[in-house]
Amino acid sequence: MRYWDEHIECMERSTLQEIQFKRLVETVKRVYTSVPYYRKKMQERGIIPEDIKSLDDLKKLPFTTKQDLRDNYPYGLFAVPLSEIVRIHASSGTTGKPTVVGYTKHDIGIWSEVMARTLVAAGADKHSFVQIAYGYGLFTGGLGVHYGAERIGASVIPISSGNTRRQIQLMVDFGTTVLACTPSYALYLAETMEEMEIDKSQLKLKSGVFGAEPWSENMRKEIESKLNIKAYDIYGLSEIIGPGVSFECEYQCGMHINEDHFLPEIINPETGEVLGEGEYGELVFTTITKEGLPLIRYRTRDITALHYDRCKCGRTLVRMEKVIGRTDDMIIIRGVNVFPSQIESVLLEMGEVEPHYQLIVDRINNLDVLEVLVEVSERMFSDEVKKLEQLEKKITKAIEETLGISVKVRLVEPKTIERSEGKAKRVIDKRKI
Amino acid sequence: MFVKQISVFLENKSGRLAEVTGILGRHDIDISALSIADTTDFGILRLIVNKPDLALQVLKENGFTVSATDVIAIAVEDKPGGLAKVLEILYKKDIGIEYMYAFVGKLSDQALVILKVEKADEAIEVLKENNVKILPAEEVYAL
Repeated sequence: MRYWDEHIECMERSTLQEIQFKRLVETVKRVYTSVPYYRKKMQERGIIPEDIKSLDDLKKLPFTTKQDLRDNYPYGLFAVPLSEIVRIHASSGTTGKPTVVGYTKHDIGIWSEVMARTLVAAGADKHSFVQIAYGYGLFTGGLGVHYGAERIGASVIPISSGNTRRQIQLMVDFGTTVLACTPSYALYLAETMEEMEIDKSQLKLKSGVFGAEPWSENMRKEIESKLNIKAYDIYGLSEIIGPGVSFECEYQCGMHINEDHFLPEIINPETGEVLGEGEYGELVFTTITKEGLPLIRYRTRDITALHYDRCKCGRTLVRMEKVIGRTDDMIIIRGVNVFPSQIESVLLEMGEVEPHYQLIVDRINNLDVLEVLVEVSERMFSDEVKKLEQLEKKITKAIEETLGISVKVRLVEPKTIERSEGKAKRVIDKRKI
Repeated sequence: MFVKQISVFLENKSGRLAEVTGILGRHDIDISALSIADTTDFGILRLIVNKPDLALQVLKENGFTVSATDVIAIAVEDKPGGLAKVLEILYKKDIGIEYMYAFVGKLSDQALVILKVEKADEAIEVLKENNVKILPAEEVYAL
């Protein structure tokens, strides 16, 4: 089985666009009528729902940001009476108030459906044993994958995150075939397996769906070889629905967006202008089927590009590239944009370095300084100082060539960089600006 | 003829050396020689111990990055020029020294030195030819 819903996933674009347009119009009408915040914003722009005459008119609508969700905390942007809301999640939230999202029964159905497509594309079916090592609770990861796995009739192992050694033991004992967690946690699992002297041949794992944080192509290779699986990237954010907004197919050439539910755009983050196919910019979504919390032109802050050419898998759903960074966690060092994923790629390409690293940004004498901490593994260790110093220089040079700025590389002892069971903390910014 | 040296990667922060020696002590491992090579950020601790295999194992178990290296232990006359004589022998044969350090002296008339050289086998030949006393591993571990 290659598709969950072949009819939608492989639909002619013209037919898809008709569906999208119809749903967009309904959504705009609904928010205009039931969400005072949107009505006010549209009135300020002099727009009424009838102005949406084609998909192209989407760009007339105002953007929504995380700040708008915070300003309307907790339920201000909900479009249905609270009695219709059957589930509430909240995003992991970094600073300030969390962003609260609500689902109707119908919304949960959509979520299950898009996650079912995601899991099937990653090779899962009703015979699969899906171990869900994303956190359950207010975070959307765990329950999102859970509902999708149930929808396809797989056997779900809802272990949630943490308890790493037990996770591995159950993986062996229960014959887990599909693993769902963050990519950094997948590597941590592989590392712990080595410590427990459990070989990948003892596992029945076939594939994994990994998301919730950016990861590089090299990290994929690392996970695939250490766990002997095919590793699929998945994407989602709680504001739009949770995991399942987009997913990779077996060709791993970008993530197919479930565009019959979430309408994507790429914009210039500075000007808000809509960009064309293949251009990098900020990803923006309009939900076109959600009832509880419909969002108009929600700015994800994720930077990527869209590709509309037909995929080898037969799906016509647009593909988004791996997110190359965020407009907000991007570090600007001496005027240069730096994404942690760039440094990760460099380290993994060196071959002899473990992908455990941390970036420390500081400002010394009004000059930004980037320090890269890299854990020393047994493979790269030498009893001679000069060899370690050569390695430090080699890493420094490779990073400097990629970023175009000078960095200070510091080798540190193994296991000293904090392992995370959720999102890895890659950047510590000590600058006081 | 080689002696197994244990090398440990250490970040330059207080307490790390105490931790290593503490672990060795708890496992009843005796240190007969040690040296630290350091840079601004990190150091390499080199140790000669009575039970190198056990030392390697327990340090690894405690999360240190450790390796074992073959080095040469020699005894030189404990008087002015004693070491110079040996170094000259190696120099004449163009054998470079990676690093060296001295033993905690236990023999009254001889100084014990650990050598890590580029061409280890050749170095042993030359030293033997010139009657330099090379200490066997068993003897070194027992010191």
